[in-house]
Amino acid sequence: MDDLIQKLKVQIIEQLNLEDMEPEDINPKEPLFGEGLGLDSIDALELIVLMEKEYGIKIQNPKDGQKIFRSIETMASYIQMNQK
Amino acid sequence: MGKLFINKYCHIKNNKVFLDGKLVFSDDEDHDMKPFLKSVYRFLKPSYNKFFKMDEISKLAYLCSEYLLQDFDLSAFNKDEIAIVLSNSYSTLITDQNHQNTIEVADNFFPSPSIFVYTLPNIMIGEIAIRHKINGENIFFIVENFDAGLLTDHINNLYLTRKAKVFIGGWVNMGPESYEAFLYLLSPSGQTGNNALEIEKIYNT
Repeated sequence: MDDLIQKLKVQIIEQLNLEDMEPEDINPKEPLFGEGLGLDSIDALELIVLMEKEYGIKIQNPKDGQKIFRSIETMASYIQMNQK
Repeated sequence: MGKLFINKYCHIKNNKVFLDGKLVFSDDEDHDMKPFLKSVYRFLKPSYNKFFKMDEISKLAYLCSEYLLQDFDLSAFNKDEIAIVLSNSYSTLITDQNHQNTIEVADNFFPSPSIFVYTLPNIMIGEIAIRHKINGENIFFIVENFDAGLLTDHINNLYLTRKAKVFIGGWVNMGPESYEAFLYLLSPSGQTGNNALEIEKIYNT
């Protein structure tokens, strides 16, 4: 799980162009949206693409996204449970 | 109704930034455009992290507008009294190509939303407007070459019909081999009157 969290941090920094941010700056329990990393709606779409491209996981119901993308930790848990 | 005057202008090309005709920043001409734009950002220190999410041509337009507006008090005008009138010849060709690369191969079809949103030139106007909270009229012309007459006619028409009082006009272009941003600021007070000949003159300085 720790390796997956670390990998996700690197992928998110790269994919979302979070300039000047290092993996260790991100608390995996911290909210990704709002007061945490402050991601926006386009970032949310990028995360959906990242899940499909890197982990082969399609998020069919947008409502699920709110739970899955709450933090890096919730993303990692979802990947572990759903990756084939 | 009075005249419009040229208050300021900024030109970015060949890894150099000129403000009112004077060199204010330069980088090694051999550098690629990407690191150059980042250097300009670091030099200006605007603390605007959205910069890093923009495509390259929007970064160029944004940085040019930062120089243009850094000492101008936009708050003296209503947000809807400020108009943006821009132009170029390549539209968003580079970003269009980047988007195409994400959808070209059928079994690797992953269009990137953050690239796709920049596949219209109007987004440059949007980025400047968001940054400076501008709500006025705007338009983006795609023309073969910089056309001071076209911009001046459109701006004067907006001014005479009281659609706006302050204008950001110019040319922000990026092709496979070159890039250039030229923005100028017009308002009802100043010394040099706004006309196509003057705009052409400062463009060529």
